[in-house]
Amino acid sequence: MSELVKLGLKEAAEKVKAREVSSVELTQACLDRVQARNGDINAFVTVCSDKALEMAEASDQRVKEGKSRLIEGVPLGIKDLFCTEGVLTTASSHILDGFVPAYESTVTANLWKAGGVLLGKLNHDQFGMGTANENTHYGPVRNPWAMDYTPGGSSGGSVAAVADYQCMATTSTDTGGSSRQPAFMTGTVGIKPTYGRCSRWGVISYASSLDSPSVNARTVEDAALMLRAMAGFDPKDSTSADIEMDAFDEDLADLDVKGLKIGLPTEYIEVEGLDPRIKQTVLSTAKRFEEAGAEIIDVKFPLIEYAVPCYYIIAPAEAASNLARYDGMRYGLRVEGENLVDTYKKTRSAGFKLETKRRIMIGNYVLSSGYYDAYYLKAQKVRALIARDFQNALDKVDVILAPTAPTPPFKVGALTDPVQLYLQDIFTIPNSLAGLPAVAVPSGTVEEGGTTLPVGIQFIGKLFKEKDLLKVAYAHEQMTQFKPLELKG
Amino acid sequence: MHPDYEMVIGLEVHAQVNTKSKLFSGSSTEFGAEPNTQANCIDLGMPGMLPVLNQAAVSAGIKLGLAIGATVSPVSVFARKNYYYPDLPKGYQISQYEKPIVENGMVSIDLDDGTTKEIRVERMHLEEDAGKSVHDIGLESHSHVDLNRAGIPLMEIVSRPDLRTPEEAGAYMKKLRAILRFIDVCDGNMEQGSLRCDANVSVRKKGVETLGTRCEIKNLNSIRNVMRAIQYEADRQIDVLEDGGKIQQQTRLWDNDKAETRAMRSKEDAHDYRYFPDPDLLPLRVSGARITEIRETMPELPDQMKERFIEAYGLSVYDASVLTISRQNAEYFEAALSLKNGKPERDPKLLTNWMTVELFAALNKAGKDIMDSPVSPEQLSELVSLIEEGEISGKIAKQVFAEMLETSKDPSNIVEEKGLKQISDTGALEEIIQKVMDDNEDSVEKYRNGNERIFGFFVGQVMKATQGQANPGVVNELLKKALAG
Repeated sequence: MSELVKLGLKEAAEKVKAREVSSVELTQACLDRVQARNGDINAFVTVCSDKALEMAEASDQRVKEGKSRLIEGVPLGIKDLFCTEGVLTTASSHILDGFVPAYESTVTANLWKAGGVLLGKLNHDQFGMGTANENTHYGPVRNPWAMDYTPGGSSGGSVAAVADYQCMATTSTDTGGSSRQPAFMTGTVGIKPTYGRCSRWGVISYASSLDSPSVNARTVEDAALMLRAMAGFDPKDSTSADIEMDAFDEDLADLDVKGLKIGLPTEYIEVEGLDPRIKQTVLSTAKRFEEAGAEIIDVKFPLIEYAVPCYYIIAPAEAASNLARYDGMRYGLRVEGENLVDTYKKTRSAGFKLETKRRIMIGNYVLSSGYYDAYYLKAQKVRALIARDFQNALDKVDVILAPTAPTPPFKVGALTDPVQLYLQDIFTIPNSLAGLPAVAVPSGTVEEGGTTLPVGIQFIGKLFKEKDLLKVAYAHEQMTQFKPLELKG
Repeated sequence: MHPDYEMVIGLEVHAQVNTKSKLFSGSSTEFGAEPNTQANCIDLGMPGMLPVLNQAAVSAGIKLGLAIGATVSPVSVFARKNYYYPDLPKGYQISQYEKPIVENGMVSIDLDDGTTKEIRVERMHLEEDAGKSVHDIGLESHSHVDLNRAGIPLMEIVSRPDLRTPEEAGAYMKKLRAILRFIDVCDGNMEQGSLRCDANVSVRKKGVETLGTRCEIKNLNSIRNVMRAIQYEADRQIDVLEDGGKIQQQTRLWDNDKAETRAMRSKEDAHDYRYFPDPDLLPLRVSGARITEIRETMPELPDQMKERFIEAYGLSVYDASVLTISRQNAEYFEAALSLKNGKPERDPKLLTNWMTVELFAALNKAGKDIMDSPVSPEQLSELVSLIEEGEISGKIAKQVFAEMLETSKDPSNIVEEKGLKQISDTGALEEIIQKVMDDNEDSVEKYRNGNERIFGFFVGQVMKATQGQANPGVVNELLKKALAG
């Protein structure tokens, strides 16, 4: 196996620009790796060999002409919720069978403009709904750390592909934790930027008010560079923010930990069901920062127990409506029935998996006349209160340190109760409800029955202050010297 | 109509906003294109597509709000109305629901007896139109969907139940249409569906305060049908009540061919639309500065223009109402008045008669709009001028006007070509009068013996001899003198 696949995004781009390696060589190395591993890991739904090499050749041509761009020539994996022009886009669902968009999502278009190469489309929990990557039409994704373990969800393919050295960075989406919980499960980095930082245009919607196009990579610096290439204001998305962008990947080491104020929410680490090893991970992170001169400040989140219920009202409500367009009339799967209503029923029954159907039903229920005020409206009020708590906390501190997930990685099929799965997101949902950015970073490993598994923490930052947040994550990365999974296979 | 009852009517009018592009996408809104040629990925409800609000449609909404003296909300919200139908690609319609852009307006209607009545407008909200399902082409087992209309901006204008007769409902529709056209936000074309109407009708015994159970009538595509359907529906409800029955709250469909309404669905079958604020769109904020800016560019409105016509030109309320029913009528009228320093050169009353009687009748007959009038305002002005100057008589003028309609020639040219100029030359007329008197000695005798009633006979003879071109005033004067001997 070519050692080229071990290059990080920044390193690889620099080598391509310096003509130390060609984009074609790099891309071919990744394609070979995917070819060798996808049967086991199942990270890719679609591998775009021809298109990838074509884009790589064009990239090499640009380098020759001295027209190199930010992430020139680096092969990237794209979560299959991002529409890619002329390339099958499935949302990991049966209902989008054969759907080939005539348009390119803004985020992926930005990546190609920055010189990126489309390696393929990544598996995930369909429409972004799930925490174990089992809610997919294309079969579960496996955790490269241990094949009988899940890489988490919904962005299981996004993290598995980078953890397993199949590509240098990937896009993901994060609605209630879908880029961070999988990062935690695979010892990789996941950035959920501020809501509105990356355009949702051309990204298949799950819950519009929460969906945040996100990033997965093996290091903070690579993730930051990837975010820089993806983000930006987009007039085609009415919820996109017209706020100046930082060069997220530059000057990451430029942080004086001395005097840094880190919020540690008691309610988070006292949550029932939090594995003591995870709690310990958070506390030792706090300790390391404290020893380096940071100030650890207790912050209050009295409403944390309401975050998951609140999310599981708002997200399904929006999803039920967002997924109504998949009716078999214009594209994707169609199962003919006796009449119109029968065709709708048969198509949607066959096209969605159980968890997706469950959320559609919950969503329609909470929006129904007579229940709207009790559920949807109340959830919106709770959401506003949670956002207020964050604002109060972030007035006092620079970042908040929190667990990412409540337990170490678990096995495929281990969690069958939906509520148990929903509680996986207990630490990632609250700041998503507030639109705040967060970054999940690995901090060590634990042993489970002889298997070494990664664990990590997350930092939550201020609105549109991703750069400050990433500096803290970078400092953490330097302190822990976490050893990523070794290249195997 | 049963004398003990009165109707209570409220109208929901859907006006298509005449923006170039759709409410949430850049697709063209032009009428009459090939099916599905004006529907892009957003209109088709493709995965990942997002709406972006058309600000021109918002401005149109603000304009209407100002025109009906309503409150323009500083914050309004677009919601999703969820239901499944093949002509609704997203599975929901984006429509303002709880917080509309415009609330509490007023439309003043002109009634036939010359009085006016104020009709309250509860709200106006912006929403997107659905596509069109077509069931009567191709295979019988298949239906077709045209999404050209999907996403076209509509204003839904909801009146309070202040209307009491079909005539009031008709007058309300006419006034609303006039306002929409004056402020240039909707072409008001009911045949093409640019203006549609649903009517809520109930009846109650006169003197009763509470409202009766209402039925909503759909599919009303002309003002005439609005009036007919309301009358039919009120009569139907009264029959039910008089027979001891109860009115079921229903949605009913107007069948134009059978001239009746029939039940479509009852209240129990009503959809639960599961409205909620559209998370793809932020709340719509309208600043005071924007409202001020639009207010400053507002054109004169029908009622303001009507008042001005009465004041400045001395017209009756009726004439002023007729002339201001559309901006084109009013503009035609004012052009034909030939204003000089604000003062009309033509007699407004005479011109009004020519416009509202002769011209409108001719246009009506030809099925033409005033915009396509074969007679220009300048030509009509010239015709009236010829009458005022005594160049032609009113009777000859009608002949000239008929020719103008045919040929679009200037009236002076027609008068010239056909030698229709009025004879005011006393010498020539005296000769003719002498000849008429010589030919009718008996009648002269009778007149001179006191039978003055036959004076008209002599006038007629003179006019006949001059083929109507004699100036009647001059003829009268000369005849009187000659007959007196």
